[in-house]
Amino acid sequence: MTVPRFRRQSADVYDSGDRSQAERAWEDLFDGGRHWRLWSKLGWHDIRKRYRRSVLGPFWLTLSMAVMVASLGLIYGTLFRLDLESYLPFLAIGLATWTFVASFLNEGCTSFIDLEPLIKNVRIPMSLHILRALWRNLIIYAHNIVIFAGVALVFGIWPGIGGILLAFAGLGLLLVNAGWIMLLCGMVCTRFRDVPPIVASVIQLLFFVTPVMWKPELLGERRYLMALNPLYHLIETIRAPLLGQLPGWENWAVGLLFAAAGWALTFVLFARFRKRIAYWL
Amino acid sequence: MASIQLNDVSVDFVLYQGSARSLKKTLLRSSTSGVLKHDAHHRVTVNALSNFSLTLEHGDRVGLIGGNGAGKTTLLRVLAGVYEPTAGRIRVEGRVTPLFDIGLGLDMDASGYDNIRMRAAYFGIDAGEVERKMDDIAAFTELGDYLDLPVRTYSAGMTLRLAFAAATSVDPEILLMDEWLAVSDTKFLEKAQRRAEGFVNRSSIMVVASHVEDVLKRLCNKLLWLERGTIQRFGPVEEVLAAYHAQNAEALS
Repeated sequence: MTVPRFRRQSADVYDSGDRSQAERAWEDLFDGGRHWRLWSKLGWHDIRKRYRRSVLGPFWLTLSMAVMVASLGLIYGTLFRLDLESYLPFLAIGLATWTFVASFLNEGCTSFIDLEPLIKNVRIPMSLHILRALWRNLIIYAHNIVIFAGVALVFGIWPGIGGILLAFAGLGLLLVNAGWIMLLCGMVCTRFRDVPPIVASVIQLLFFVTPVMWKPELLGERRYLMALNPLYHLIETIRAPLLGQLPGWENWAVGLLFAAAGWALTFVLFARFRKRIAYWL
Repeated sequence: MASIQLNDVSVDFVLYQGSARSLKKTLLRSSTSGVLKHDAHHRVTVNALSNFSLTLEHGDRVGLIGGNGAGKTTLLRVLAGVYEPTAGRIRVEGRVTPLFDIGLGLDMDASGYDNIRMRAAYFGIDAGEVERKMDDIAAFTELGDYLDLPVRTYSAGMTLRLAFAAATSVDPEILLMDEWLAVSDTKFLEKAQRRAEGFVNRSSIMVVASHVEDVLKRLCNKLLWLERGTIQRFGPVEEVLAAYHAQNAEALS
């Protein structure tokens, strides 16, 4: 299949038969991205709506994350016999990033289902709903990563400009992967309504097998087990540079490969089933 | 110039396993008129629209009539581009404003003003345009200071006015409505009609589904009678209504 070039047409003409489904899928993704004003506004709106009547607003998340990092840091730091100076920063990034991953997985599943009234009433690019959910979770992630900044300040950790830039590149890679994962989950879960609970339990499993709470070194001989877990690689591209280390080339390689393979699969399915999403709701 | 063209459009819904059985029973029992059949995978499908061809042009104000399950809502959603047809082709030229759901995107905790902005955003209208029209919208709703209060403090009628004003503040070339005009109070209906006529005068097409004949007679110049997902009759209001009544009377006797 050749990648089609996006053909712009006047926005006020809608013709169901003037282009292939692959072109339509491409156009949907492009249009979704183009309306960044709308999805960023809606994403903010979702957050405001969630915390409308609370004093601290989304900083409740920061607070609860702070409590979690502090208490888990103490307990597990002692269990694993790690000094807090190296364990707390590790845990702060890991937990914040994991919370982001878990919530975009969960909300990816329900992104179309939750917006059924909207999807059944107005023609809006499907990708816009995904971007809205992704943006919403990215804002929450930003609130949670503040904990790491605090911890870093206390222990005098400075990853350097290069480290920060590298971490942002890692975040970009994670977002690219989040995009296809959410779109794919959204489609599958809309069609098969028993999938969201399955995803929820898989996330729980993934939390324990991914080095968020524990350091990969603890696996010792069996460290190779990590190589099979793409989430480890994705988290590592953000965590390592912030802790002043270089992520391994394999972290980036696996992350990029995961993105390419995932988007290829998702695009094929999206081209095939995009127009059925409204019917499934 | 706005136009709508449907060419041999079909819309099939697959009723998926699990609920399929009971839903099938329900559909058969209530004698709704969608057509049930089985597809190649032995799944139950509903033929909501079949081989539907229709051309609407500038100035058409079309009322949709027909029994429950005749395909009115499906047709409106196809026109809105929400359901892309499973077969056939649809071409719509002009900005479409679908008004199917009064409560669409309504946030009960946000103020009336914020809701107007939100709704406009859903319909792809830019923020500047909304602000320019805000006074006009506010005046039309007659809500006054209520617009600063959360929508949860509004009565149903007030919410309806807000939604109607917000949705009709744009200049749509194509206006699609499903039922809800019939539920508004008479005074507001007149106002709504004037505003809806305003749309038509600004070169537009309007399609409205309704069971209320007064509404159809006042708003429309053509009627489209749907039966089992196909066109039973399409023509001037009085003519189609007469045929519709004749058939209903026949069915009763």
